[in-house]
Amino acid sequence: MAEVTLRVFRGDRDGGKAVDYQVPLTEGMVVLDAIHSIQAHQAPDLAVRWNCKAAKCGSCSAEVNGRPSLMCKTRMDALPHDQPITVYPMKSFPVIKDLATDVSWNYRVNKKIPPFQPRPGVEWKMDQRDVDRVQEFRKCIECFLCQDVCHVLRDHDKKQQFGGPRFFVRSAGLEMHPLDGASRTRMLKEELGIGFCNITKCCTEVCPEEIHITDNAIIPLKERVVDEFYDPVAMIVRKIFGAK
Amino acid sequence: MTASSQHETHEHDVLIIGAGGAGLRAAIEALAQGARVGVVCKSLLGKAHTVMAEGGLAAAMANLDKEDDWRTHFRDTMRGGKLVNNWRMAQLHAQEAPDRVRELEQWGALFDRTENGEILQRAFGGHTFRRLCHVGDRTGLEMIRTLQDRGVHMGFDVYMECTITKLLKDGDRVAGAFGYWRETGKFVTFKAKSIVIATGGIGKSWKITSNSWECTGDGMALAYEAGAELLDMEFVQFHPTGMVWPPGVQGLLVTEAVRGEGGLLRNKNGERFMEKYDPKKMELSTRDVVARSIYTEVKEGRGSPHGGAFLDISHKPAEYVKRKLPSMYHQFKELADVDITKGPMEVGPTCHYVMGGIRVDAETGRSSVPGLFAAGEAAAGLHGANRLGGNSLSDLIVFGRRAGLAAAEHAKKTAAPTLDNSQIEATEREVLAPFARTSGESPYQIHHDLQEMMQNLVGIFRTDEDLRKALAALEKLKARASKMRVEGSRVFNPGWHLSRDLACMLTISEACTHAALARKESRGAHSRLDFPKSEDVWGAKNHVIVNKGGAMTLFEAQRPEMPAELKQILAEDK
Ligand SMILES: Cc1cc2nc3c(=O)[nH]c(=O)nc-3n(C[C@H](O)[C@H](O)[C@H](O)COP(=O)(O)OP(=O)(O)OC[C@H]3O[C@@H](n4cnc5c(N)ncnc54)[C@H](O)[C@@H]3O)c2cc1C
Ligand code: SF4
Ligand code: SF4
Ligand code: FES
Repeated sequence: MAEVTLRVFRGDRDGGKAVDYQVPLTEGMVVLDAIHSIQAHQAPDLAVRWNCKAAKCGSCSAEVNGRPSLMCKTRMDALPHDQPITVYPMKSFPVIKDLATDVSWNYRVNKKIPPFQPRPGVEWKMDQRDVDRVQEFRKCIECFLCQDVCHVLRDHDKKQQFGGPRFFVRSAGLEMHPLDGASRTRMLKEELGIGFCNITKCCTEVCPEEIHITDNAIIPLKERVVDEFYDPVAMIVRKIFGAK
Repeated sequence: MTASSQHETHEHDVLIIGAGGAGLRAAIEALAQGARVGVVCKSLLGKAHTVMAEGGLAAAMANLDKEDDWRTHFRDTMRGGKLVNNWRMAQLHAQEAPDRVRELEQWGALFDRTENGEILQRAFGGHTFRRLCHVGDRTGLEMIRTLQDRGVHMGFDVYMECTITKLLKDGDRVAGAFGYWRETGKFVTFKAKSIVIATGGIGKSWKITSNSWECTGDGMALAYEAGAELLDMEFVQFHPTGMVWPPGVQGLLVTEAVRGEGGLLRNKNGERFMEKYDPKKMELSTRDVVARSIYTEVKEGRGSPHGGAFLDISHKPAEYVKRKLPSMYHQFKELADVDITKGPMEVGPTCHYVMGGIRVDAETGRSSVPGLFAAGEAAAGLHGANRLGGNSLSDLIVFGRRAGLAAAEHAKKTAAPTLDNSQIEATEREVLAPFARTSGESPYQIHHDLQEMMQNLVGIFRTDEDLRKALAALEKLKARASKMRVEGSRVFNPGWHLSRDLACMLTISEACTHAALARKESRGAHSRLDFPKSEDVWGAKNHVIVNKGGAMTLFEAQRPEMPAELKQILAEDK
């Protein structure tokens, strides 16, 4: 049976090193299968997260050959075998151990976003076309790969000021919900720091759910922020009519 | 120094073990009652098994088929369950599911819509009418995200990546729980007046399964050890359509929505074989029937190249398939190189769901241990001998809510329990023992052998001989497990985690095998080759399993008589 070499990061908060493992290839194998094979036969304490094995839960995020990917969706036969396949934890988050990182910051950001708030007296009817637009955002499986790749978090570590693409997607899903009545523009500007995003689209490129993060979520939200805070006409209208 | 003071302790009125649909719905209800609520889960929040549910949740909303109502849903559920269901649960479930769905919508869930803007419903096996509210084929994700955000904003404390390994008692009553943080390996103790078990299923004891690593029957095993009763453990559902190829994804679910949307099953000769097994309902027959039919076709040499059947939806327009079944489209395209809009999938049975579980009171989810409640897949009764598709997600929200409510009310009436350090110390020793051994097998090897054995001997078709062999094999596996060894440190160590999960799987596998051996008939998901017929005498009985002084003991419980009005509904033909 053909074998491939996986070069896997082994270590914890205090550092670590890459370790090579030889893994027998099987038909249709994905990177997560290879990691499980290492666990079962060579390194039982190799830490990795996974749940669904079907790209539905967003647990198995890692950097495979340098690209942020879901391991359960990355086929071994799509990667070159003449050199070791590298598997590293997501760089934007602190390592706990091996491939498991501390993603708890994301859960704290999520808490800042005001939840769905139906407009008073709404009738619970919606058109599929309006729903379609929002369902795109609700497909998010919280793999945090977009957070991993975004330079504002990855290179500039602005976790205090910036919420990251995942939470723009989340906010867009609420803001554009046909029956929602809350406003999140101030929060987007001041707490999630949407202004830091300079529309590089790297997040969209890695999203396994193919959500058009930049075009469909971030840009429309930026427009809302601009309308609310920098458009003088809108501001005067707001002052006169007391609209939100 | 006492053991409990050596590590962190948290106190709650209601502790919920499990953050799937059932646990989260229970937590929301308990919070609404003013209880201080803690939720513990083995994975990160939002990753519980519920996230994988695809096809939809069943509720007689009658948005499309106006004739539908709770009576028909009740009748379908009872008939699907071959009448050994807890009829009161089936009634409450059918009556309350529509309100629970509306509630999800009011909390922000966005279901697919009908032409006139209502929630769209799709057909599913065993349901008389189009009944499954859905979001494409990612209904579970929508449900878990909605509940998760609701709960987070209401303010429960979440302990994620924390595994409970023991329920603590204060005399007869439950007093708390003991566990470890997966991340650090440190221990943690919870003190609570009420505990709700919502730990989901048991599929990981079988080799071919749609279930994730979490589904190791922990809650059932812990409740059993704490004195609670297990019910109907012989009824394990094999879903007819799991992927059969490539090997790495064997067992992965192919949602029943494929058939609900018009998918056809054929054997290698191109025959729609369901004509032979259930000419009336065909592909939309109940899961037990379809799973056995595929199994039989393969066994008799009419299977597909990788030992399954062909499931084909490619006669529908490609755009329609991609819109209604997007994750199936991607799953096959990316993992199996099959374009389902152009050709058939290969599918075969996969261990999917357990109808059995902790025996509970229908109204409250109360177990026989004071203060201990259960809901969701971990609880038994609603589904009888076979669950209908879509009836699990609705089960989670109907009985999750009821259990959360009852747990909060119980906590209000109860004084704080006292924790017993000797129990904590004993469990600490037990959990750490595999580290101390210098020789012994790895838990992975024992788990592998358990899965192989359960697949072969306690699978779709069962016999007296196989089940006895299984019991003997389980004794050997238990002996091996008592000597297993774990390497490495306590920090995020999957080998160690598996050693704990394995202990639960062994207990639950034994309960399933005992109950399967005792039921000398075939009914729903339980098929005995040596007793192929259903017998009325058995239809009146359920199997209960309890821990009597350390020995697993089984007894028969007579089912209570159904009230006349429900009998009447069942007798009506539709
Ligand atoms: C692929 C797939 C598709 C499905 N599709 C449908 C569908 O379309 N419709 C439908 O009705 N049903 C469907 N089902 C079934 C349904 O999804 C499950 O039965 C249901 O989600 C179970 O929910 P639960 O809340 O009981 O438990 P789960 O969602 O399994 O959650 C269990 C929770 O308990 C926690 N836990 C377990 N053990 C411990 C422990 N020792 N300590 C701490 N926490 C613990 C876990 O971490 C998790 O948070 C599907 C199942 C699968 C596998
Ligand atoms: S588009 Fe914005 S959010 Fe996305 S990666 Fe670039 S900077 Fe980050
Ligand atoms: S938006 Fe896409 S990449 Fe980002 S967390 Fe969600 S699914 Fe992952
Ligand atoms: S394991 Fe769920 S996304 Fe990979």
